[in-house]
Amino acid sequence: MAVRPKKLMILGAGTGGTLAANRLRKTFDNDDLLIDIVDQDNQHIYQPGLLFVPFGLADPEEIVRPRDRQLRSGINYHQAGISSVDIEAQEVLLDDGSSHPYDALLIATGSVLQPEETEGLTGPGWMETVFTFYDMAGATALAEKLEMFRRGHLVINVVDMPIKCPVAPLEFAFLADWYFTERGVRDDITITYVTPLDGAFTNPAASATLASLLDEKNIKLVTEFNTGEVDGEARKLIGFDGREISYDLAVVIPLHGGAAYVNESPGLGDELGFIPTDNATLQSTVAPNIFVLGDAADVPASKAGSVTHFEGEVLVENLEAFLAGDELPAKFDGHANCFIETGFSKALLIDFNYETEPLPGHYPGPVGLPLLKESRLNHLGKLMFQWFYWHGLLPGRDIPGIGAAMPNAGKRQPAEKVEA
Amino acid sequence: MTVRTLANTQVELNEEGFFIDPNQWTREMATELAIESGVPTPLTDKHWQVLDFMRKEYFEKGTGPTVRKLGKSSGVTVKELYLLFPKGPAKLAARCAGIPKPRGCV
Repeated sequence: MAVRPKKLMILGAGTGGTLAANRLRKTFDNDDLLIDIVDQDNQHIYQPGLLFVPFGLADPEEIVRPRDRQLRSGINYHQAGISSVDIEAQEVLLDDGSSHPYDALLIATGSVLQPEETEGLTGPGWMETVFTFYDMAGATALAEKLEMFRRGHLVINVVDMPIKCPVAPLEFAFLADWYFTERGVRDDITITYVTPLDGAFTNPAASATLASLLDEKNIKLVTEFNTGEVDGEARKLIGFDGREISYDLAVVIPLHGGAAYVNESPGLGDELGFIPTDNATLQSTVAPNIFVLGDAADVPASKAGSVTHFEGEVLVENLEAFLAGDELPAKFDGHANCFIETGFSKALLIDFNYETEPLPGHYPGPVGLPLLKESRLNHLGKLMFQWFYWHGLLPGRDIPGIGAAMPNAGKRQPAEKVEA
Repeated sequence: MTVRTLANTQVELNEEGFFIDPNQWTREMATELAIESGVPTPLTDKHWQVLDFMRKEYFEKGTGPTVRKLGKSSGVTVKELYLLFPKGPAKLAARCAGIPKPRGCV
């Protein structure tokens, strides 16, 4: 007897939606599972590439490809905005007026920039003396600005967490130091890194390494600064605590939130528009047939492509089990892995998860890329990764040795704490 | 870990001064914690609105809210939060409310 195929609706055709769709299409026959995926435009941006655009190290065209071309055949691509999700009716409404019932829903709509949430940020000076490199328009405009910037105070400011790729603003600072040095103007430019965190980075071990790198490169560090307002006319950041920081050029990473439709969907998201999600299974806690992949989830992991990549394996296994009516077998450990570009053709690599902070050693095993240490090899790794992204990660191919679970083999474990 | 006496009761705090077991906290301890944390006292109704909200969120979700979430859902604006708990509302309110440091985002 023929059984009706199940319907999976995927929201978002970025890193997570695309890799999950492709992995699931390999696993399930068309007769067993219909896969529909929706996105509001047809431009898939390789987001790590945005960091390089302001420094003329990447062309905007190089890092954008059509979303539909990254999908295997047998996946139905819809180009439309999402209006809302009706959890009760198990149905997605698109802004072209169509409605799509689902048996399972995968949310992979990432996070969006919300510069308008910070007073004055998009006011006078926006895209003239205040920029962000977190979207294509900003990164491109900033490239022109940096070319003309020869003296003054460059301030890099993270307004608040969470943000996508928490290391990217630090990388921007390191690359700015390199860029101005190459152009012979570094001595006339002060660079200050302004963060709401109590150190350079979230994890203590990596934070110490990164803080000393900032220091070596003569980049000033201002911590626990919560930007309340940007005064574009006077060119200063004003903290909620009253502190002020003057700038000639500000590169601001705006507040992030979930996609707009989340707030239009009763019961779906939290205050910030992220979806409450089980840290280990990636099943949402709002409905058992809703799963969440990547930045859209509220799990305490970095909002980063590597996390989405590692989550992908776990998610596909769990969705398969869910559709078969079985218990969810797979557990995500929070594994994240980031190359941190430090300028002058070097990079650092960090590898960590929910429980373990970044440790020194090598990745993925004793013979591998050096961890928590600058090297040219890591820089090459970062550059090569773009190829792997389009040809390995998105199509859903596995690479031997690089898996969801965080490896420990090449790492130097901290000495056991001795009980006093 | 250090053991402290607050409101005549022994409690356990971590290196950063946050409660290890939020159940050891009582409302009588809040003022002493506030004074140590540089929070203006006497604690007002607004302070208590935030402290109660912190505890409620902690017991429901396993972590206290960040400043942004507090600003969106506690009924107190971010600007006011900085007047009530200068230099870090989420952290200081968590300390006074006897819950662990709100989980930052990595």
